[in-house]
Amino acid sequence: MTLLYFQILANGLVLGGLYACIASGFSLVWGVLNVINILHGSFIVLGAYLAYFAYLKAGIHPFLSILIAIPAFFAIGYGLQRLMINRIIAAPVLLTLTLTFGLDLMLQNAMILAFTADFKKLVLDPPLGSIALGEVVMPVDRIAAMVLALALTGMLYLVLSRSRIGRAIVAVRMDREAAALMGVNVPRIYAVTFGLGVMMAGASGPLLAMIFPISPLGGPAYLGKAFVICVLGGLGSVPGAMIGGLVLGVVESFGALWFGPEHAITLSFTLLILMLLARPQGLLGRKGYE
Amino acid sequence: MSALLELAGVTRQFGGLRAVSDVTLSVAQGEVVGLIGPNGAGKTTLVNVITGVHPATTGSVRFAGVDITRLRPYQAARRGIARTFQIVQPFPGMTVLENVAAAAMFAGGLSYGEAARAEAMQHLRFVGLAEVADTSAAALTLAMRKRLEFAKGLAMRPKLLLLDEVNAGLNAAEVEQALELIRTIAARGVTVLIIEHLMKVVLSLCSRIVVLHHGELIAEGAPQAIIEDPRVIHAYLGKRYAKAQAGADG
Amino acid sequence: MKRDAWSAVVLFALVALLPLSGEAYWLRLGTTVLMYGVLAMSWNFIGGMAGYPSFAVAAFFGLGAYTGAVAQKYGVAVGFAWASAGLTALLFAALLGLALLRLRGHYFAIASLVVAEVLRELVNSMTELTGGGMGLNLPIPTMSSVDAQARFFFYAMLLLAAATFAAMLLTRYSKLGFGLRCIQQNESAADMLGVDTTLYKVSAFALSGVFVGVAGAVYASWVYYIEPPDVFDVLFSVKAIVMVLLGGAGSMFGPLVGAAAFLSLEELVWRNYLEVHTGVLGLLIVALVLFLPKGLLSLSQRLGQRAKMP
Repeated sequence: MTLLYFQILANGLVLGGLYACIASGFSLVWGVLNVINILHGSFIVLGAYLAYFAYLKAGIHPFLSILIAIPAFFAIGYGLQRLMINRIIAAPVLLTLTLTFGLDLMLQNAMILAFTADFKKLVLDPPLGSIALGEVVMPVDRIAAMVLALALTGMLYLVLSRSRIGRAIVAVRMDREAAALMGVNVPRIYAVTFGLGVMMAGASGPLLAMIFPISPLGGPAYLGKAFVICVLGGLGSVPGAMIGGLVLGVVESFGALWFGPEHAITLSFTLLILMLLARPQGLLGRKGYE
Repeated sequence: MSALLELAGVTRQFGGLRAVSDVTLSVAQGEVVGLIGPNGAGKTTLVNVITGVHPATTGSVRFAGVDITRLRPYQAARRGIARTFQIVQPFPGMTVLENVAAAAMFAGGLSYGEAARAEAMQHLRFVGLAEVADTSAAALTLAMRKRLEFAKGLAMRPKLLLLDEVNAGLNAAEVEQALELIRTIAARGVTVLIIEHLMKVVLSLCSRIVVLHHGELIAEGAPQAIIEDPRVIHAYLGKRYAKAQAGADG
Repeated sequence: MKRDAWSAVVLFALVALLPLSGEAYWLRLGTTVLMYGVLAMSWNFIGGMAGYPSFAVAAFFGLGAYTGAVAQKYGVAVGFAWASAGLTALLFAALLGLALLRLRGHYFAIASLVVAEVLRELVNSMTELTGGGMGLNLPIPTMSSVDAQARFFFYAMLLLAAATFAAMLLTRYSKLGFGLRCIQQNESAADMLGVDTTLYKVSAFALSGVFVGVAGAVYASWVYYIEPPDVFDVLFSVKAIVMVLLGGAGSMFGPLVGAAAFLSLEELVWRNYLEVHTGVLGLLIVALVLFLPKGLLSLSQRLGQRAKMP
């Protein structure tokens, strides 16, 4: 029995690493711009499609697709923020949510038209197989995905803590006005942050494509997970997204074992609501703006 | 004169910080008490505790003989405790009249409609804002907003009025006007507790002064005694000045 | 207030004449418009008046739909089924409100959105009661003709819409409405002025749920087959919000006008551009948010400003 638990735990942690990656960008955007990017989930799906077709048509390995995704999605995010999001940056919650919701509908529709609605699965040829760590068995692709996810997340963390622009982003998150007084170009920081957020989404797409089936309507599921992770781990904090991701991964794994996989989402959402009621600032974080 | 407001051992802690530390204080009906102290002394926090915005961590607050320590702000308001804000907070999207009518309705207990409206107009006339009754509250100047705060406070039909830095940002003439208003209000029997920096105001208005420093009540008494109290001087100006002062006097 | 009331009477009376046209299509469209009108007006209680960005409409709608449907499955008469749906939604909204209305801004919005998802899953799993993922068939209403049936549901929605409007009107020009406005402007200041913010917010939230619950039940009876994803669709919440935004701030008739305008647009798109239907919906939403900034940003303020004292 303990073996089973170890296996489940391992699954959960691996999943958690991936989740941390998808949530970190979302959390950053929410924490710094105070914007909930409903498109986040769909960008992940778009990245997954990118990897799928790149592999199918050009034999580009998903790992390489990540490298393509990074600049491409950063540019998309930057442009989107400058063009649209920036116009409603100080608007009430209602508007920002509605706007990104509308944009998400458009993106989903576009993906349905472009890629058709049936599920696609990226199957590596030759498959990567599994390895055994002691008695616990892990598919290599999952482990690889987790490692890369952690690397991406780590990279984001480094950018935030070491680079000039990263420090500026953190400054804006803490106190926008003070940052502006210090000479930080706040609109540009907003655009860069949003770009980073979308970049993380798009870059995690190829990773998820290796593990889960892809569908144009799969965005909301990832978005839901990102929400939960943000509430668990606190806003705008990469370590928080890390913790939140791991917790969610483990919770989902054990939840699937005890309640059945179909209830995984309900479980995470119930967890979300409970967290919101008990401790909205998350396990780690400071209280969000609202 | 009976005690209207009684604080006993009130402490308010925020995490590791004691904003208000073991304050015991009593305000009798009809008094005008000044609450002074350097910045960060905990004066506004004390008012927040009295009005229920922050519950006291320990200690108790009694008002008109009833324990109100755990009451929510709206309950304190309905019992007759009104306060103004240091940073004025009108309802920006509503007219001046509506702002005051809200106070009359919800704290003052009047019903929706003409009664509240009439009462509001009365208070607006008292503070001299009758002409702007139908303008948006957001369009007022700072001095007018302060008067609006007064009007709202009065419309709440308070037994105790807590004024938090009503004179911040006002020029000399406006401060005089504010003083007059407060005197008239006090003359009507409203008990007043006023947080204030301007010594001129405190000295001319208050029958008693209470001094807070680092959350603690360090002195209380008649105005003249307070300003010469070495502890108070120390708090405001530092130990060396206090010593020098004492040396010069003694 | 009188003026609004009389205008409404005229409007509803005119709309009541729609069945005379004899066109089943218009009747169906009209019923849908009225239903969405109920959703939009209901959202207005909590979103417009109180200023809390609620996405809970879908939750209330689905709950009402299933309550009504299950009641009917067990032989309860249609009218009672609908009433019980409303009551259930009311109670649920009140309880949910007590829990959620402590949150503000984004957190409240997300929590309210997530509730629908959780409910959907719950309903999905209670297969014996609700049919789960296979959906639930309702008893088909026995009426003299298809026309009579269409007219029945049209009038049912009309009545519901009128009731919702009346509730909105009465609230607006009352202490509750005024208090909600104060809360929307500055909640802590309202608290300090003596407004029992919890009571008022929960009341608004409950009001935002009761009529939506009945609408859900009527809808279920109308289409006589429902599935969890149909009725717990987050789009109900989003559309309700968009309609209020579209209809414009400041008028009691905004939600209804918005519902009519939005659905007309949707019909046009649906009939002509089925494939890009959701995309165009999205585009409409985006355009609305970006290009009607004044109307939208001051939405709540303007809505509030019209609630003048008598």
